[in-house]
Amino acid sequence: MSASLPDTAPASPGDETPVRRFPIAPLFLSAPAVLLFAALVLTPLFLTALLSFNQFDYATGRTGGFTLEHYLAVVTDEYYLEIFLRTFRISALATAICVVIGVPEAYILSRMTNPWRSIFLLVILAPLLVSVVVRAFGWSMLLGPEGPVNGALIALGIGRMKLLYSEGTVVVALVHVMLPFMVIPVWTSLQKLDPAVEQAALSFGASRATAIVRVVAPQILPGILSGSLIVFGLSASAFAIPGLLGGRRLKMVATVVYDQYLSDLNWPMGAAVAVILLAANLIIMLTYHRMVEGHYRRRLG
Amino acid sequence: MSFLELKNITKRYGPLTAVGDVSLSVEKGEFVSLLGPSGCGKTTTLQMIAGFVEPSAGTIRLDGRDITRAKANSRGLGIVFQSYALFPHMTVFDNVSFGLEMQRVPRGERKPRVEEALSLVHLSPYAKRYPRELSGGQRQRVALARALVIRPPVLLLDEPLSNLDAKLREAMQFELREIQRKVGTTTVMVTHDQAEAFSISDRVVVMEAGRITQIDQPYRIYEHPETEFISRFVGKTNLLPGKVASATGAGATVSLAGIAVPVETAGLSVGDTVTLCIRPEKLHLTAPSNGLLTGRVADRFFLGSQWLYHIDGPLGTIMVVTPNDGSTPAEQGAPVGLEWSPSVVRVHRGAMAEAPDVALEVTG
Repeated sequence: MSASLPDTAPASPGDETPVRRFPIAPLFLSAPAVLLFAALVLTPLFLTALLSFNQFDYATGRTGGFTLEHYLAVVTDEYYLEIFLRTFRISALATAICVVIGVPEAYILSRMTNPWRSIFLLVILAPLLVSVVVRAFGWSMLLGPEGPVNGALIALGIGRMKLLYSEGTVVVALVHVMLPFMVIPVWTSLQKLDPAVEQAALSFGASRATAIVRVVAPQILPGILSGSLIVFGLSASAFAIPGLLGGRRLKMVATVVYDQYLSDLNWPMGAAVAVILLAANLIIMLTYHRMVEGHYRRRLG
Repeated sequence: MSFLELKNITKRYGPLTAVGDVSLSVEKGEFVSLLGPSGCGKTTTLQMIAGFVEPSAGTIRLDGRDITRAKANSRGLGIVFQSYALFPHMTVFDNVSFGLEMQRVPRGERKPRVEEALSLVHLSPYAKRYPRELSGGQRQRVALARALVIRPPVLLLDEPLSNLDAKLREAMQFELREIQRKVGTTTVMVTHDQAEAFSISDRVVVMEAGRITQIDQPYRIYEHPETEFISRFVGKTNLLPGKVASATGAGATVSLAGIAVPVETAGLSVGDTVTLCIRPEKLHLTAPSNGLLTGRVADRFFLGSQWLYHIDGPLGTIMVVTPNDGSTPAEQGAPVGLEWSPSVVRVHRGAMAEAPDVALEVTG
């Protein structure tokens, strides 16, 4: 046998020592993405952070220098505090509603067979093809004083209600926009589920509801977690929806940043608010992530 | 009346009949295997017993009770899934305990029963582990313990050993049988592996294209396959087409391309087209002058305990298996004779089907 085997010894003398090359290929391949990320995300972020420490004077505008007054102003002013609280309250509510609607939606979707599954997946994703601004205008027409919803309310004898420019409307519109971002990660984690696991639960006498709560839900928790993080993060920094449906009175952080930049022309203040939003968002999301995922890391790997 | 009884069970998917008219009786404490190639309907049959698939026609009775339309979660059967289907977010203990919890067994009683089930499968030290921290064989045992702990009337095994490597599979076969004997649970196993089915079953049900073709004890299926398909699917075999040349009351002579071969099958008549089926281990190598057939060693393969020869002769290539008794084997190219006793020849009526070798086709 051994005579017919190809030589395992080094074939050519020049190849004898295997060269341990520095792995340049991965660096080279990731360079375009790194450059793009650095140029388009990190640089503006860094400039914004720098800007937020600049001094500002209403007569002369931005004057450079270094000050913490904008941060102090935001932290001490109840006006800003209220806006931050409102932003996180609305985002948390939108996220919770997205979980309540999106998780069953994804579950139903995963149990469908083609062609229905493809059709409904498309239906879920289709709204993403329409601009958020257009959808926000759609909601404002629907809920406006002369809109069909109020028309129906009047016809039913309930009378006209003020629907626009309320927290409820902003939450509803945010849920509408964010739902696909919840459904897709949950659906993906459902796809990875062994269907026999649910059957196993049934075979041991579990009711369908028990099987879902005890066996399916814990396994798709990572999907719910990432969906929640996406929805919360996008909602907390949402601009178009609160801008168009919250109006001038119901401000959220992103609209305040906009006002500071474009109405007050107080760029350093706007930058400070934006940086605080980013930091608060990061802290909330990391805490949430640690709380939920840390609990499940050992089990699900 | 049998403990588990399937009567004329049929499952149609549109125009396709996955399972047709399957009737099967399983006695209490019996270990029955459904054996067949992929797509023969054996898994669908098991799923109908389990309640995951509703039969299009027929009835399933368990201990005299009609469970044909009963929901899966009301049947109380223990099932071991091919993928094991353990609950990945629960410890081994909680996995095994799940079925008891669903049956509302009081907490105090649960613990000793789970511990008993885990010690039955030798997994007591692993109770606190999660499934992903276990090896394939250990997961398999957890699945078995989880199915047995609820003391099911029937244990259903869906290809339980197919995800294990060869050595472990063999060890688990015997252990599975030992455990089944110990607890005495009526068991129905689905498998495509004939060695697995033969070594541990009381009876084997051979299925082909949605139908049962033979139900018998393992050695009888091997020795007396009722159809040519079974003789091909179950073990290696030599199939030789011929015609009946002469027939007496108790036997006949079959002409294989001019070579007369005696057989002991009654009821044949002259001129019948038949296929003879001879197992390779029933053939013996002798000197060329002594054999019923002569040929030349085309190839020989050393299998450790046995030699497998391919003998080229007037009837094509014939497989011969001889035990390795330590003597020098026949050389490649050497002329040899083949002899056998007429009693080992099985006769199937009709011409040989031009089907591909099913035994080779079945891989997973």
